Amino acid sequence: MTKPAYVEQQFEDIEQQTHAATLGMWVFLSTEILFFGVLFCSYMTCRTRWPDAFRHGSEDLFLWIGGINTAVLLTSSLFMALAVRSAARGDNRRVAIWLCITTAFGVAFLGIKGFEYAQDAKERLIPEYNFSTISTEDAGKPPSKQDPRPQQEQLFMVFYFIMTGFHALHMLAGVGVLLVLLIMTLRGRFSAEYHNPIEIAGLYWHFVDIVWVFLYPALYLLRQA
Amino acid sequence: MTTATFIPAARRVKELNFLNHDYSIHSWLMTKDHKRIAILYMVSITFFFIIGGVAAMLIRLELISPTNWLVASETYNKLFTMHGVIMVWFFLIPSIPAVLGNFLMPLMLGARDVAFPKLNMASWYLYVIGGVFTLVALLWGGVDTGWTFYTPLSSTFSNTHVVMVVVGVFIVGFSTIFTGLNFIVTTHSMRCPGMTWFRMPLFVWGIYATSVIQVLATPVLAMTLALVAIERIWRVGIFDPALGGDPLLFQHLFWFYSHPAVYIMILPGMAVESELITCFSRKEPFGYIFIAFSSVAIAILGFLVWAHHMFVAGISVYSGLVFSMLSMIVAVPSAIKVFNWTATLYKGSISLQTPMLYALGFIGLFTMGGLTGVMLATLGLDVHVHDTYFVIAHFHYIMVGGMVMTYMGGLHFWWPKITGRMYNEWWGKMSALTIFLGFNLTFFPQFILGYLGMPRRYPAYPPEFQFYNVLSSAGASILAVGYILPLVYLLLSLRYGKKAGKNPYRATGLEWTTTSPPPEHNFHSIPVITHEPYAYHLELREPPEEQPSD
Repeated sequence: MTKPAYVEQQFEDIEQQTHAATLGMWVFLSTEILFFGVLFCSYMTCRTRWPDAFRHGSEDLFLWIGGINTAVLLTSSLFMALAVRSAARGDNRRVAIWLCITTAFGVAFLGIKGFEYAQDAKERLIPEYNFSTISTEDAGKPPSKQDPRPQQEQLFMVFYFIMTGFHALHMLAGVGVLLVLLIMTLRGRFSAEYHNPIEIAGLYWHFVDIVWVFLYPALYLLRQA
Repeated sequence: MTTATFIPAARRVKELNFLNHDYSIHSWLMTKDHKRIAILYMVSITFFFIIGGVAAMLIRLELISPTNWLVASETYNKLFTMHGVIMVWFFLIPSIPAVLGNFLMPLMLGARDVAFPKLNMASWYLYVIGGVFTLVALLWGGVDTGWTFYTPLSSTFSNTHVVMVVVGVFIVGFSTIFTGLNFIVTTHSMRCPGMTWFRMPLFVWGIYATSVIQVLATPVLAMTLALVAIERIWRVGIFDPALGGDPLLFQHLFWFYSHPAVYIMILPGMAVESELITCFSRKEPFGYIFIAFSSVAIAILGFLVWAHHMFVAGISVYSGLVFSMLSMIVAVPSAIKVFNWTATLYKGSISLQTPMLYALGFIGLFTMGGLTGVMLATLGLDVHVHDTYFVIAHFHYIMVGGMVMTYMGGLHFWWPKITGRMYNEWWGKMSALTIFLGFNLTFFPQFILGYLGMPRRYPAYPPEFQFYNVLSSAGASILAVGYILPLVYLLLSLRYGKKAGKNPYRATGLEWTTTSPPPEHNFHSIPVITHEPYAYHLELREPPEEQPSD
């Protein structure tokens, strides 16, 4: 029995390879959950200790930018799912199109995130760099009219930058993976029988998406107690 | 010219195996063969074991005298930190999983390789890169926080190379994760026909349970250490009370990894133990299912006990109570294993060969370590002996008496399979006895020292403790001899050892059905399993294997 070239030497057949690769990605994602779990757990611990400061911090974030980014990311997942479906049908032309669109949305997310960081810097929200308890808006007002930020809001901003930063790194890795898959698709490496790399990349992409689905409410939406 | 053509012809007759099919350096550094990666790991962890061991010897040398006679206090801090960091992350955690596990998992499951050979190679490279970071930090001046990197010492006050070591450990953490991931998937999807879950050797069950911990606990350490590094570099952080953060949070996160990591360091030892005891008692294990599931139970319960490291750190009485109880519960599956091994010995036909000596030593030392662990889990006693040599002695009985003993035992047991050569049996027995004696002489006095109140991590101590400290240091030198001996005779066996044959111990298990050393793809044809493992009761019906003449 000769194996097709896409079956690696350690596997008997494509079913075994697909099973192994898919399970491997799920196991990796369980690692990732614990990785982000540390951040969520620490964030919630500190939020419970300083509820007012953290709420004030949430209110200082740009809800509309975060909202747009949520929409962008969720839409990208739709196109990723379409790419996986087309891959299962062996329609490589569509796979390439959907992967292009997914990548574009991923890059757009990162761009918007960068823009948001710049706005945060303008608002003097970056800890140890330019954090100020007086917002830019209040700076011109007399002290009696100012609404100063609580000191522990800085801790909230530390969490905000670390959590969204690690998420952005994962997005960056995801965009890299998608580009590699795009090249492989254009070279005709995938078929209806062998398209598992696209499927497990899809798992990863949706996972990074879901992390954001938890980050967005935790950071932006917990505004009013 | 005639000789030049003659030699390749002679070589063609030689049986090809994974060691001799290609000798080039490139074929080693680019290898995806799990057996070669195992050997790469074996060489690298031996290197780190020697460095960690030298640090330990310097510590013991310093403690011969009650005064700071050998090193300055700062140097002493760096010594025990490097000893801990290197021994935990660069020796113990990769020891059995990455060396014996890598070599044996595919063989025992009847597979050609692990599920992801490239990932396997990547994990060794990550190990090396992490190791280089740590070694550079060591040469550059070391780090003085202790292997636990407690904040705020590590994040704010220490003036040593914390970031570099933390980065090294972060990277080596991913090496651990990838190895664990590989083994989980290999166990699920690479079993040969007929290899059902309950026909797997107990070694596989142990490594599988270990892998689950590696995959689920290590990312917590990675992120926690990343936060320490971020806090150090940018002076912002989650563990900084000046900002409203919480140093105790670090301890929770660190031990959420590091207590399960203790089980990463003992479950593989238990996995090897099950193989050794059955083979040298010529019996199937007593309660296969209990041994298998106790591994899984330890992996699960191990995640629920972390705060017993923090009884005096300011956690509430109630959580202390709960964690004390949970810590005692985790002793149950460990005890089940010990009872099952001893019951396997009962009415077995026991032969005291080198691996068995290590295995029997393990039972005694692990039981000591385990029982003192139950003592430490009680709240009242822990307050008394917390951060004393009692704790040091306890965890060395588990890690050295447990893990290193079984690593050595397993190394001897599978040495003929890995290299195709037998080691010298007399020297093997001598080393096992030396290590057992040296170990007890080193660490038993530390129980007494700790109970009398000698704290850990101090280079100087009151003169009344000197007697026990000198005993301990004397034991350490015997222990060192015990570790140097195998290094010598195992290496010599590569050249002078007699050829081992397929199955020198007449053991069961698929790894013994292939040649020694195994061919590149493990089996000439994929095996089919038709019966339970450990069929030692069937062996009388089969003719004994002929030993090769030379």
